Amino acid sequence: MADTTLTGPAHEAPDAVPEFPMPRESRCPFDPPPALKELQEQGPLTKVRLWDGSEPWLVTRYAEQRALLGDGRVSADTDQPGYPTKASPEAGEGKLSFIMMDDPEHARLRRMVTGPFAVKKVEALRPAVQRIVDGLIDDMLAGPGPVDLVDVFALPIPSLVICELLGVPYEEHDFFQEHTKTMVRTTATPEERGAASREVAGYLAGLLGKRVAEPRDDLLSGIAARVTAGELTHQQATEMALLLLIAGHETTANMIALGTLALLQYPDQLALLRETDDPKLVASAVEELLRYLHITHLGRRRAVTEDIEIGGQVIKAGEGVIMVNEIGNRDPEVFADPDRLDITRDARRHVAFGFGVHQCLGQPLARMELQVVYGTLYKRIPTLKLACALEDVRFKTDAFIYGVHELPVSW
Amino acid sequence: MKVELEADKCVASGQCVLAAMDVFDQDDEGIAVLLDEQPADEHLDGVREAVAICPAAAIRLVDQ
Ligand code: SF4
Repeated sequence: MADTTLTGPAHEAPDAVPEFPMPRESRCPFDPPPALKELQEQGPLTKVRLWDGSEPWLVTRYAEQRALLGDGRVSADTDQPGYPTKASPEAGEGKLSFIMMDDPEHARLRRMVTGPFAVKKVEALRPAVQRIVDGLIDDMLAGPGPVDLVDVFALPIPSLVICELLGVPYEEHDFFQEHTKTMVRTTATPEERGAASREVAGYLAGLLGKRVAEPRDDLLSGIAARVTAGELTHQQATEMALLLLIAGHETTANMIALGTLALLQYPDQLALLRETDDPKLVASAVEELLRYLHITHLGRRRAVTEDIEIGGQVIKAGEGVIMVNEIGNRDPEVFADPDRLDITRDARRHVAFGFGVHQCLGQPLARMELQVVYGTLYKRIPTLKLACALEDVRFKTDAFIYGVHELPVSW
Repeated sequence: MKVELEADKCVASGQCVLAAMDVFDQDDEGIAVLLDEQPADEHLDGVREAVAICPAAAIRLVDQ
């Protein structure tokens, strides 16, 4: 060991490159790692070191995150030189459809499936989602507590909705939920992840084949029609269906469970939500919880294809960038007192869904589902409470999407 | 004030519709459609919000 009295501990050396992701170790499970906050205070960009020794740029401030995510010289193609590898030694199998492509191919494929997610089409589904939510709450209230809210409520909602929209039989949800869980677990081996994704892809390929032969009124049939028209290969269609099936699951489910846990820690905010009949306040609460929570905690990753000067730095072609939206959403330049959950603030400019051409295509659906949930659950179960100590809640630090593994609740 | 929309940039996020329902809608593919090029003053705040949150920078509000 070097003499620390002369040089100081290694992590304090001015040229030390911090490791990413950082340990969470914060007092509050809803706050980003303290080290990330410190980096944001120091400047908008900094180099970090990943598990494989590569050193991409970490972008911590809101303005620079938005600028880079909206920049055509920044590529989402995982095969580009410099693309930051993921947070653990996993190797993704192939490309998860258009989210890992650039325009114009990205736009061509994405536009094939954006129609059903338009705001008014999604609005038309609201009564059906309300029935699903009410039905699940009825079942909960009819049985004994405590229950695991993830299992009986948070996961079934997005799962039922995306299955309905896609035309995937919900009865088979145990099968694909088990596999999608493995696919988003950072501690799964590449082999395990690959096997899980092959299982679900095989299943969806079979369903797509059926829809080619016998179209129905669902999104899978729409995708199948593109195959028939020669606009998509069967492989591309399967990847697209896989993307839509898994993207809706872990994200919304974690927003429901983690959002509920956050509200239980902020009783004044929960009371506001419980007592309001104003859909605007419910919508505002959804935006604020999207801003405040940080379920996409490993950041959005890109490769830079031409030199870009930004935030006092030059990012060279062939270097990687990671935009950590959770810390962007806590940028005090944009959101006053950012670490406070305040459902009455205007949080609509958050980057929880990303920014630029890849911004989440399911966001109108996610918003509507969350509005129904946050606007219903706490009214119908006003005594809802955590059935274990906060310290005993297992947080998903081991998954690409942050949240809780279980949420024991009683009432 | 006049609203300009570059529909070929649009990525169908629906944010403009949420911010200003009277000014924007979406077509069958989810691509934004301009309902009102010269919205009344009461809708301008919503349009400004749409300009700020459109992820594709497809919307502009210009002085005539
Ligand atoms: S906000 Fe922008 S990208 Fe989204 S629908 Fe409107 S114009 Fe299109």
